[in-house]
Amino acid sequence: MDLIDLISFGPGGWGNALAAGTWLTIRLAVATLPFGLVLGLAIAQSKRSNSRLLRAFGNLYTTVFRGLPELLTIFIVYFGGQILLQKLVNLVAPGQTVAISGFVSGMVALGVVFSAYASEVFLGAFNGIGRGQWEASKALGLRPFPTLRLVILPQLIRLALPGLANLWLILLKDTSLVSVIALDDLMRMTGIAVRVTKQPFFFFGVACLIYLAMSMISSIGITAIERRAERGHRRAA
Amino acid sequence: MNWELLQNYGPRMLSGLIVTLQLVVISISLGALLAVPIALGRMSKNRVIGGLSFAYVYAMRGTPLLAQLFLVYYGAGQFRAELQSIGLWWLFRDAFFCCVFTFTLNTAAYQAEILRGAILSVPRGQSEAAMSLGLTPRSVFRMVVAPQALLLALRPLGNEIILMIKGSSVAAIVTVFDLMGVTRLAYSRSFDFQVYLWAAVLYLALVEIIRRVWDMLERRLTRHVRQH
Repeated sequence: MDLIDLISFGPGGWGNALAAGTWLTIRLAVATLPFGLVLGLAIAQSKRSNSRLLRAFGNLYTTVFRGLPELLTIFIVYFGGQILLQKLVNLVAPGQTVAISGFVSGMVALGVVFSAYASEVFLGAFNGIGRGQWEASKALGLRPFPTLRLVILPQLIRLALPGLANLWLILLKDTSLVSVIALDDLMRMTGIAVRVTKQPFFFFGVACLIYLAMSMISSIGITAIERRAERGHRRAA
Repeated sequence: MNWELLQNYGPRMLSGLIVTLQLVVISISLGALLAVPIALGRMSKNRVIGGLSFAYVYAMRGTPLLAQLFLVYYGAGQFRAELQSIGLWWLFRDAFFCCVFTFTLNTAAYQAEILRGAILSVPRGQSEAAMSLGLTPRSVFRMVVAPQALLLALRPLGNEIILMIKGSSVAAIVTVFDLMGVTRLAYSRSFDFQVYLWAAVLYLALVEIIRRVWDMLERRLTRHVRQH
């Protein structure tokens, strides 16, 4: 059989399966991003807080989730989340069983790892914004929250963008690990194709090329976003 | 704490930890050797060499380590006859070797970029001054640029070691009994979730130790360039 036929979309071709896997990989990465960003910002805030307890929590969180292998975090969230949820359900309705979906476990695990790294990026960005910005806002009578939303965040995004872009590319690659918790992502669909066709080198090569294509497209998108974030800055300079 | 479980699997988890360390130490060292020519290739004026090294680094950094490992481990089986004819099949048949092979190629790309970044960050004045003193380009690189670049590369190299420790856990998926592999085995037999937590503690301890030791090493090696 011709190799090109193997990745065609027709009958006998694995094009549809690979496309479905790619689609799940993209959905997982896109779903993880906002979750990871919000959590990362929250962790960054807790590390900047005046409360000693919150600071310690933020630092511990970062140390733990940057130190654990992503694969282990996925297992812990997948199996541990299941146990925890089951215990909670048993409190409310004894005898009922719940199953946590692989997608949600994958999203939570990858999001937690993303947020640990993102919090450091945000922390660096916060440090890059001068005190004067806060003081000027205060002088104009803005309360802390509007200051954060209207003055600090728009500048924060520009400063954090290069670091976050890097994390996005890492996230895209880390999604391949969810194939171990039986999620039909690109890696797992490729594995199924390999088992049937006995063409491992070809199919894993194709999977690598698809990941590479996703990274390239992301890079183009990132450049466009960076240009947009810099637009106010260039004019002022 | 399940003491019986610890008695049964504790020693095996420690031997798994040793396998993880072996994977990391071998891959990082071989990767470092490979990274030097790749970094030099990236900075070469020859467009073919430059293009090839760029493509290598881009491909290695743009694809997941797991996909690379599957490509090598399962892909090698497809070339069994060819590998046997050149006498390398016994190597690629072994999952541990496939992991070391893949990790080395992978970390070499990352380390090459670290080296390149460090070499480019050494101020130009350094090499200009050395040249004006009459040193040959070779000596300028070897005696002036390289030592300073290595100091700049220390911190990112430490991060790369930590990333490799974490990344090496994918070896468990291709039947290597590293720390992750032993942990999965213990879980599949005992269905006791705490083995994953023990593994977490071991990984965290390992990463923290490396981080602290590396910090000390860096402080010691850069003591002559510190301002205060």
